[in-house]
Amino acid sequence: MENPLILIALIMTLLPLAGSLIAGLLGPKLGRTLTHYIVVSLVGIAFLLSCYLFKVMVIDKHMSVDESFYTWATAGMMRFDVAFLLDRLSATMVMIVLFISFMVHIYTIGYMADDPGYTRFFSYVSMFTFAMLVLVLADNFLLLFFGWEGVGLVSYLLIGFWFKRETAVFGSLKAFIVNRIGDIGFLLATAAVLMHFGTLTYHDVFTQAPNFINKMMTIVPNVEAPVITVICLLLFIGAMGKSAQVPLHVWLPESMEGPTPISALIHAATMVTAGIYMVARMSPLFEFSTLTLTVILIIGGTTAFFMGVLAVTQYDLKRVIAYSTISQLGYMAVALGVSAYDAAIFHLITHAFFKALLFLAAGSVIIALHHEQDMRKMGGLAQYMPITYITFTIGALALCAIPPFSGFYSKDIIIDAVRLSTIPGAGYAYACVLAGAFITPLYTFRALFMTFHTHERTDPSLRGHIFESPWVVLIPLIALAIPSIVAGEMLLGPMLFYYPKMLGDSIFVLPDHNVINQLATEYHGSKLMALEAGKTLAFWLAMGGIFTAWLFTAGFPQWSTYLKKRFSLLYSVLVRKYGFDDFNQIVLVHGAQKTGHLFYDVSDVKMIDGVCVNGSGRFIRWFAQAARLLQTGYIYHYALAMVLGILIFLIWWEFYV
Amino acid sequence: MPSLSEFLIVGALLFGMGIAGIIMNRKNIIVLLMSIELILLSVNTNFIAFSYFLSNYTGQIFVFFVLTVAASEAAIGLAILVVLYRKRETIEVEELDALKG
Amino acid sequence: MLTTVHMIFYIFATIAICSALAVITLRNPVHNVLSLVLTFFSMAVIWMLLRAEFLSLILLLVYVGAVMTLFLFVVMMLNITKESQSSGFVRYFPVSIIIVLLLIGLTIAALGPDYFGLKTMPAPLPEPADYSNTRHLGELLYTNYAYPFEIAGVLLLAAIVAAITLTHRAPKRRKVQNPSEQIAVRPSDRVRLIKMSPEPKQKRI
Repeated sequence: MENPLILIALIMTLLPLAGSLIAGLLGPKLGRTLTHYIVVSLVGIAFLLSCYLFKVMVIDKHMSVDESFYTWATAGMMRFDVAFLLDRLSATMVMIVLFISFMVHIYTIGYMADDPGYTRFFSYVSMFTFAMLVLVLADNFLLLFFGWEGVGLVSYLLIGFWFKRETAVFGSLKAFIVNRIGDIGFLLATAAVLMHFGTLTYHDVFTQAPNFINKMMTIVPNVEAPVITVICLLLFIGAMGKSAQVPLHVWLPESMEGPTPISALIHAATMVTAGIYMVARMSPLFEFSTLTLTVILIIGGTTAFFMGVLAVTQYDLKRVIAYSTISQLGYMAVALGVSAYDAAIFHLITHAFFKALLFLAAGSVIIALHHEQDMRKMGGLAQYMPITYITFTIGALALCAIPPFSGFYSKDIIIDAVRLSTIPGAGYAYACVLAGAFITPLYTFRALFMTFHTHERTDPSLRGHIFESPWVVLIPLIALAIPSIVAGEMLLGPMLFYYPKMLGDSIFVLPDHNVINQLATEYHGSKLMALEAGKTLAFWLAMGGIFTAWLFTAGFPQWSTYLKKRFSLLYSVLVRKYGFDDFNQIVLVHGAQKTGHLFYDVSDVKMIDGVCVNGSGRFIRWFAQAARLLQTGYIYHYALAMVLGILIFLIWWEFYV
Repeated sequence: MPSLSEFLIVGALLFGMGIAGIIMNRKNIIVLLMSIELILLSVNTNFIAFSYFLSNYTGQIFVFFVLTVAASEAAIGLAILVVLYRKRETIEVEELDALKG
Repeated sequence: MLTTVHMIFYIFATIAICSALAVITLRNPVHNVLSLVLTFFSMAVIWMLLRAEFLSLILLLVYVGAVMTLFLFVVMMLNITKESQSSGFVRYFPVSIIIVLLLIGLTIAALGPDYFGLKTMPAPLPEPADYSNTRHLGELLYTNYAYPFEIAGVLLLAAIVAAITLTHRAPKRRKVQNPSEQIAVRPSDRVRLIKMSPEPKQKRI
């Protein structure tokens, strides 16, 4: 290991793994307090190391380091290494991941305080951190896939953490299975890369990419497609599974069955962003396939708008935030689709902060109400839980893209980038993201008003016992609220408009796709952008959304019941989530069961058992019975047979020989 | 002298009648045995006719041995018939179907 | 050209064929056997025409004289009086007739005068007057074919043994009474007392 930075990266990755193993194997023996001290401090050290790496790579602009420290396998000419790529993009992501993870670890001390599986939870969360770090730092497709599968596995373990609950088990299975479908795409893409490029390392693949622009491959006989388009489409299918794009989004709302800390960590900030990160990392490939970018745009736009609409009808606080996450992932996908990879990563960072904040604040509300999640049973909590209320509001404002909070910068840049883009499908995506700019504040502030304002609908036994959460819970909230406010302004310039960009060579954009550079001409500083927000359509849409939310929740709640009755058909479509779950259940689940029955009853029982196995027995018995008729026992019958034989022989002899 | 083919035709006719006797009788086994003798007779005639016309006496030697064998075969066949009659009290072919599958 | 030989041949051939037909169609088994005898006689004449003197006479002596007599013995012994005519003629009569006619027809078609007529196979010259068929056969038999001759003898022996073994009935053991012996019997001839220990004690398991 020549470069000490890689060594630091390796130690940083292994620390959470060590914490996970200690908590998992020795947790019950060491006791809760000692376990959480060890695990949290290990993650804290890892976080500090990641800050150091960020400083070295991004601020000091160190060259990217790509080193292998273990050859996993060799197969003929192929070598599969365990190797880390430390460049600006991975350093940035690593810091974000570890920051959120550290916050969640601290939060868990308070949230899971009275849960019997305390140490198991810490073990899982640290293991997740390890897998995510491997995913981010990997320098080849195979190691990325290891991390990819690892986060999927731990997500399954964590969603089904309370495994005695049936809904939790279903939710975890659903998450894992839908993820798997995406993974098929990813695996096929990896295979295609290996087949055509001959190597799995990013560096080698990206340098060879321009040579493959016009090469075609045969998918099925007589059908040819460009190599890069096929690879990128398959990679995006993998991203769809992980980052919950339509139609593989169905697992994310069910994943809310897991404890809130993991909703914050996995389903807001890190795992679901793995797909976005992967596409950004593969930007040198995606740039050469405009078709894939169009597909990403359309799917991302659809996700951004339609999932946001669903959030308006949900009553479970966590589900609202879950659909919001899917919608924001759609925004990031849209940014990827218009080749604004830096903007996508920028939104990823700001979203990580405020979405984790929202989830953790929601968690604070939930434990204060003793695990009550239905918003219809909340209300008027602002006076009881001031800090939670304030941090939730900060997160909500950031989410709704209100200046000068962080979400404003990242979201508006995306909307502007989509407006300027010339990639096919951008128009549709622009309409979707603009509509989303109205819908997002609508559901966010609906949730806020229903939870913290309006008159109290909480359970009578709870009233009077609602207290602010302990400091262990509040410190992460505050720690996340600060970046939610300032991170946008701080990072906007360096990430997008300064030259060289913060993410530097990690991202590659073709000149005619480069909308960020076009936007750079209109950029005059973040403060000016905030002040001029009043000129943008998105800002007024957001204001309208907030006002509408106030109208229907705090102002005139009876209007919402009236609307539900008038538009009952639309409402029922929304409540059934556009029928995705029904479709999956009827077509895929029942279909698979029926097919299984078919294969068993028809092909297995009837054909193999009936025809082949029993049938051959029956045939032999029938044949024997038929042949038995030849043995009559009468000599003259036998003699007749002999004579017949002679006759046939004679005829043959006479006429054919 | 009649030609060879005439002798052979006589032999063929006898052979055919022997075959007919085997496959068409249901009366008793003795007719079966006698049909076998008929067949052997026709074969012998064949041999002797060829032996005369080809001036080769091997044919007659062969007939000698065929006669021997035919005689012994008739004797044993009749012995079997006698034992069968003792057991079954009948020599009707139709009743002898113990080998029926 | 219709010579005497031809006439004899045709007459006796006709008799042979008709009696062969009678063998297989007549109902009385004795009639069947006697028809077979007639067939053999006719064929013996035809063999004589073919200068096979020894064999034709052997046919009469051995075959008719021994084998046919044997047949008659058996027919008489089995005392077959009742003929079952219930089933009438065979069920497969039409098919069998066709098959047999086909067989004979094909054979006769193959034996036509093209290959076996007098032009391709001329009749040989008659032998000199002191030619003895028996002597010629004997010479062949005891020199070239001595080994088959011996084997034929063994075969006949085997046939004898087989026939006897098959039909041999074990002699009936008759039970005879001897009154004087029956009276002069003593009790000790009939009853014998023996001493035997009771069953050994069973061991406790």
